[in-house]
Amino acid sequence: MNRKDKQEQILRMSGVNARKCMRCGKCSATCPAYDEMEYHPHQFVYMVESGNIEPLFESESIYKCLTCFACVERCPRDVQPAKLIEAVRVMALRQQDNTHMKKGDLPMMLDEDIPQQAIVSAFRKYTK
Amino acid sequence: MIFSYYPGCTLKTKAKDLDRYGRKSAEALGITLEEIPNWQCCGGVYPISKDEIATKLSSVRALASAKEAGQDLVTLCSACHNVLKQVNNDMANDEEICAKANRYLELEEEYHGETNVIHYLEMLRDKVGFDKIKELVKNPFTGKKIGAYYGCLLLRPGKVLQMDNPENPKIMEDFIRAIGGTPVIYPMRNECCGGYVTLEDKALANKRSGKVLENAKDMGADMLITACPLCLYNLNKNTDGYDVPVYYFTELLAEALGVKD
Repeated sequence: MNRKDKQEQILRMSGVNARKCMRCGKCSATCPAYDEMEYHPHQFVYMVESGNIEPLFESESIYKCLTCFACVERCPRDVQPAKLIEAVRVMALRQQDNTHMKKGDLPMMLDEDIPQQAIVSAFRKYTK
Repeated sequence: MIFSYYPGCTLKTKAKDLDRYGRKSAEALGITLEEIPNWQCCGGVYPISKDEIATKLSSVRALASAKEAGQDLVTLCSACHNVLKQVNNDMANDEEICAKANRYLELEEEYHGETNVIHYLEMLRDKVGFDKIKELVKNPFTGKKIGAYYGCLLLRPGKVLQMDNPENPKIMEDFIRAIGGTPVIYPMRNECCGGYVTLEDKALANKRSGKVLENAKDMGADMLITACPLCLYNLNKNTDGYDVPVYYFTELLAEALGVKD
């Protein structure tokens, strides 16, 4: 898939209009996973807008988004960056053998109190 | 009053207290919660991508089941509430998702987002009324300074969930007043605890939950209440010396109503 096709697919999957972004940075300022991210929410927006998507696919940043909807709620232009991050992540996970959580990883992550909610969420976010 | 009830996976396992005290309190308030037959797990997080259809179907089944019963659908877990309301919004407003889901499910009658989904707290506020609850309280939490922890899933995205003002909510504070306590308002009450990322990045969850607890403590909270099993887990696992116990709001409600055993 070429650069343009990838960009179009991500925009279609997310329903986001990246051109509405006015670069205020509020999404990144409010992001609880900011420190853990190599590329921050506002960078996702302009990297997708400019078609520079490959580095995002390769980055751990796509697995750091907590899906807390803070950037979705607080964007003054209603760009909703979390939807772009999700689209990049889903596209990456759909590539063959490209699962983020491997078989056998899960038992090591558990303790006796961990709620099922966390486990089913991890399956949804880390695997396809 | 009779409602369809969707407990979700965690309320049957690690969060039995959230469910048990919720049911007991509902009973005391004259409400019948009818558990949806054969419900399936909502998946924990809303599948945001527009071309994700299969992952939305379990929610659609639950929504259609409540429609068939002709009842509003009550949820108690923050995550189920978030997923069901967002999928319901898709079914009502996204023609493509709605058409694909219906084509797949082949329900007797097509589903188009007709069901009204409400969180248990909304049921208390809008169907019972906090004033009525106040009258029924037997053991008020007088003098207790209680912080509401909303987290992220109860309120956002505000336009879809329509539960309360997502940046300046008051539903849980009003609940605290109804059971006789004193609400403590602290800025971190609607920020994320670290969520499911706690599975692979303990440090992140530790940092996020620590900020919530530190802030609640600074503002004078004796305890916090939550509607989310994952918030409860993250806050309890990352106390970092902040002595702020966290409870399910239904436990306090049951205690206040005198039905906690």
